[in-house]
Amino acid sequence: MAAPHLNTEAEEQLQGLAREESQFRQFVRRFARNKLAVVGLVILIIFYAVAIFAPFIASEPLDARVNLAERFQPPGSPGHPLGTDNLGRDLLSRMIWGSRISLSVGFVAMGVAVLLGTLVGSIAGYYGGTWIDIILMRIAEAIDVIPVFFLLVTVVSVLEPSVYNIMIVIGLTSWPGLAYIVRGQFLSLRQRDFTEASRAMGATDARLIFRHILPNAVAPIIVSATLRIGGAILSEAGLSFLGLGAPPPAVSWGQILSVSRTFLKQAPWLMFWPGLAIFITVLAFNFVGDGIRDALDPKLKR
Amino acid sequence: MGRYLLKRVLNMIPLLILATLLSFSIMQLAPGGPEKVLLAAEDATLDPSRIEELRERWGLNDPIPVQYVRWLGNVLTGDFGRSYFYRKPVSEVIGSALPATLQLQSIALFLTYLIALPLGIISAVRQYSKLDYAVTGLAFAGQAAPSFWVAILLIWGVAMKSNGLIPTNGIATPGVNFETYGWLSVLADRAKYMILPLTVMVFGSLTSLTRYMRSSMLEVLKEDYIRTARAKGLAEKVVVYKHALRNALLPVISISGGLLSSMVGGAVITETIFSWPGIGRVGFDAVTQRDYNVSMAIMLMSGVLTLIGFLLVDIAYVWVDPRIKYD
Repeated sequence: MAAPHLNTEAEEQLQGLAREESQFRQFVRRFARNKLAVVGLVILIIFYAVAIFAPFIASEPLDARVNLAERFQPPGSPGHPLGTDNLGRDLLSRMIWGSRISLSVGFVAMGVAVLLGTLVGSIAGYYGGTWIDIILMRIAEAIDVIPVFFLLVTVVSVLEPSVYNIMIVIGLTSWPGLAYIVRGQFLSLRQRDFTEASRAMGATDARLIFRHILPNAVAPIIVSATLRIGGAILSEAGLSFLGLGAPPPAVSWGQILSVSRTFLKQAPWLMFWPGLAIFITVLAFNFVGDGIRDALDPKLKR
Repeated sequence: MGRYLLKRVLNMIPLLILATLLSFSIMQLAPGGPEKVLLAAEDATLDPSRIEELRERWGLNDPIPVQYVRWLGNVLTGDFGRSYFYRKPVSEVIGSALPATLQLQSIALFLTYLIALPLGIISAVRQYSKLDYAVTGLAFAGQAAPSFWVAILLIWGVAMKSNGLIPTNGIATPGVNFETYGWLSVLADRAKYMILPLTVMVFGSLTSLTRYMRSSMLEVLKEDYIRTARAKGLAEKVVVYKHALRNALLPVISISGGLLSSMVGGAVITETIFSWPGIGRVGFDAVTQRDYNVSMAIMLMSGVLTLIGFLLVDIAYVWVDPRIKYD
């Protein structure tokens, strides 16, 4: 801080904005230097654009009619660049429609997990060492102790199968990891001078948690959430593959894969393309997540 | 050490109670309830009076807390109830599936360490070499590739083209036994059936361990005492494998617990695809058949196994690293 002089509140805010802006620019510059991360980001933008504009891109509607005369057309046949499935539907169109579920699962599930994990983690960390902390962390650990995928399979099969249930359940089973990270951040941040200062000025606990400490813990939350989106997408695909996904006419990449198993001999392309799509999406999210981490904190560079 | 152990074990108790509560309450969420399976199992018609009778007999009419306490009490004496679907005691159902899973998991775990540790070490020692890029690329691929896709690709690309040499289903060829074939052919037969599931499992779990080993090794190689060791004129081999490796292995031990847990979870998919008669498949069948007792028992058991795994990891960690105090 320079020599003390009286700032109006507006001026202070402006200065704050300018500082944030430059930090953000710094972040963008560092991120742009990471080739893999940029490639990942471009892939994700293309994939999400395809999912959003699916009705304009797909050559067949979602509820395409069964056309047995055209079943098992190999990739490259006229009008079907990726071939057709066991019911004669265009595979590329199915995959474009399927991208809607596969790609939204990651964000919705992570949204739920980030919300819960941040809430639980910040409260536990802020009241670290008290009974609140102990109870919250025991609950998180109890969920963590049961192998995640088995927990998922159990809960999803018990509930009505629907896209929303699947997204929410994946979120509900994956928050503990985030809660640990947020808690760790809070444990160290709550002892910093700025926290003490605000507390001395009479800030309430809620204000301290959400206005003062949480903004300082955002970076690790974003990094960890991005790196976990891939896991959520894989979970949905795994559930759909086991036949626990959203019921037809809804379609996802995992579901196409699940059907493809039966026709491995006649139509191997049915399992190849959706699997590749999942693989590339998860890979792209991991690249972007690593890129964000390195750009936010160059010290952490592998 | 004794006091630390005691504290650690006592800490597990509330976790276990929470885990039982969790697995019990998930089952209670089920719409329809277990009557449907019960009726089918008892070859009964859809006669309402039979439903009532069965609910009464299985104690499903009692308040849920009573059911929970009764179930917990039975579990503590080792009685997990009966399987509605198999019409056998749950412990028998699990007991017959557990060896198959343990067999596969332990070999997979062993192979994972056997491959991942050297890969991680070499790619750290030769950072930014071609080998390092290849290993890192492989690690990225293994992390992003869905295990079931890898499994199908292997079935299609390897097994289907092997003229039946590499089987895709089951655990052993029926009829191949010790008496008529001798132990060598039995062993070869078993190994044949393990090739695909093992490849899928090891490929999936290899990645996190390799990346972890690599970054841990890189970290240690930057330490002052490594520079000192080099300055002393020690051979690079001694520096890397004697001074650095020991310390780099420490953090790797700490993630072993999580690795074990994710492998058990992954068993659901691997065992289902390859029809491996283990816990993962039995658990999946139980879940789809609404065979509550089996599901609860498996959830609980995997929880206990994970906890024991974490405990062992903690003990190993404290034991290996004298800097850690256990108070």
